[in-house]
Amino acid sequence: MRTAEIPFEFFTVAYLTRIGNQAARTLAELAKGLEQCSDASIFHHTFQTLGTHHFLTEGFSNDFAQWVLASTNRGELAERLAALDLRDYVSLAELRSDLRRVVSDYCAAHPQFADQMALERFYFCESVEVTVPLGYTAKSLEEFRSGLERLSHASFCFHFLSSRLRLQLRTNDFSLWLANSLGLETLASSINRIDVYTNTLESARAKMLRLIDRERRRKA
Amino acid sequence: MTEVQTAGRVRLDAYAAVIGAGEIEELRSLARPLRGKEIQMVNSTAVGGGVAEILNRLVPLAEELELAIRWDVMMGGEDFFEVTKSFHNALHGSAYQARPEDMEIFLAYSERNRARLTLDAEFAVIHDPQPAALIDARKDHAGHWIWRCHIDLSQPNPTVWKFLEGFVSRYDGAIFSSPEFSRQLLIPQYLFHPAIDPLSEKNRDLEADFIAGVLARFQIDPGRPLLAQISRFDRLKDPVGVIRAYQSVKRYFDCQLVLAGGGAADDPEGAVVLNEVRHEAHGDPDIHVLELPAWSPLEINALQRASTVVIQKSLREGFGLTVAEALWKKKPVVASAVGGIPIQVIHKHTGLLAHSVEGTAYQIRFLLSHPEIAARLGEQGHQHVKENFLITHNLRNYLALFLALDRAA
Repeated sequence: MRTAEIPFEFFTVAYLTRIGNQAARTLAELAKGLEQCSDASIFHHTFQTLGTHHFLTEGFSNDFAQWVLASTNRGELAERLAALDLRDYVSLAELRSDLRRVVSDYCAAHPQFADQMALERFYFCESVEVTVPLGYTAKSLEEFRSGLERLSHASFCFHFLSSRLRLQLRTNDFSLWLANSLGLETLASSINRIDVYTNTLESARAKMLRLIDRERRRKA
Repeated sequence: MTEVQTAGRVRLDAYAAVIGAGEIEELRSLARPLRGKEIQMVNSTAVGGGVAEILNRLVPLAEELELAIRWDVMMGGEDFFEVTKSFHNALHGSAYQARPEDMEIFLAYSERNRARLTLDAEFAVIHDPQPAALIDARKDHAGHWIWRCHIDLSQPNPTVWKFLEGFVSRYDGAIFSSPEFSRQLLIPQYLFHPAIDPLSEKNRDLEADFIAGVLARFQIDPGRPLLAQISRFDRLKDPVGVIRAYQSVKRYFDCQLVLAGGGAADDPEGAVVLNEVRHEAHGDPDIHVLELPAWSPLEINALQRASTVVIQKSLREGFGLTVAEALWKKKPVVASAVGGIPIQVIHKHTGLLAHSVEGTAYQIRFLLSHPEIAARLGEQGHQHVKENFLITHNLRNYLALFLALDRAA
């Protein structure tokens, strides 16, 4: 089995949530908030929330969609916001632009709902990301598997989902290293296709481990 | 000031069975860069109340991460605590007639405590309004000072808030339990949800025999559905509304109701509410109104675990951690959409929200008719608590905060 020249370095991540000074009480205010809030806020309510609610595998994908459904009862708009697939985005600017477009288009098409008061306010928050190396690395597929098994949900999500923003590529830390450092393009691609919306982080990790085991058996 | 010796130490590794060994390993990694830096927690009581309960668990866990943490308690006389109780209620929005001597008493005790306490830690976390004025002890912007507010400041009495804001605005940051509870401040505000301890007596697993014993002691039939609200007897918890919802459900389901709580013995208003509840329940042997002693964690745990549906029909609520306790036990919850409850009960995902007696009754009937949906909500609720509302998560938040402050400096 091949050994990588550049090892995979496992990190742990902790997110500090900052409460912003912005809130929305209507869909029009949500649209305005989406325009003005920080990138860290867009990240918090989409990538970060998907990680902390990963155990909900149906009907929950980001805070904006959840608020629109629960507090304004606008199912169609909630569906459209929920349908924005985070894996399609490598920058928060693109994601913000689409979120704004979806809400603004809806408000333009349904002006009677734009200024209707919601049951609860939407509070814009931000994530402050703090990373620390875990002190273990992987040079082989075996070591990689062992490190993967040890990761917490937050760190697994950091490497598997939010890494797309850091890499600015439609892939993740795991797949990138497996393809570039171990030459395992097929495995890398299979891992990248694991659906984080219909899997919990635990079941996504289990699938990943099964794919790695299959690869190891194939090479044995 | 008195340094508190924590009791009932639970080893950090014991939590591995609950959250996984990987999570524990990562807490150690996050703590490593903070070793050698002093952390100080200050609050106003060593026993009783949610803050002391959290610190009693949090401080030993931080020590196991080899952090130099200490916990000090502010000393005050009866007059000080009378003033701070009025402040507390006023900050929650209750009526308050400002008396200049109140501020003087508050400042005098703050000064005495500043003189007694060494306040030179790298990270000082000051809990709630009582010790907020200790910020005056800070020398030349040394260290990082954080104010942890455990109460709801959404509608504070303006006089008390203005007085307190003068101190709060000099901190490096403030922590709130919900965005809704925060204020417009110029300092950074952080969100830390309150947390439960899965290994405490109130939340740990119990033997089936023990639960059966508790039910027998209170003459509750284990063979029929049990609805329960565990809360002190307070009008804001709407116990009479719970009875009315139960009565509506009872027309379709042969169920029982438990209303269990403390607080009536030393609270005149609690005693009045308890009488109202008993009056409303009169004549129905399936309504069990239980006035529990102030500290009955195992009984509360058993009643929650024995319940078919747990209710929290509050009219106003802080964070409402009894909801997290029920969710942790995989119970389907029907709760009011107030305070911090919607953060815990994500409607149709981790429980059901209601806005009225009728809505509460309907949601209970729905869950009793669909046990498979009730089980799914309970399971997802458990996962939600595991991911977001455990004491280990609270510890991780503090580590993230200290690391972020340290790196920014």
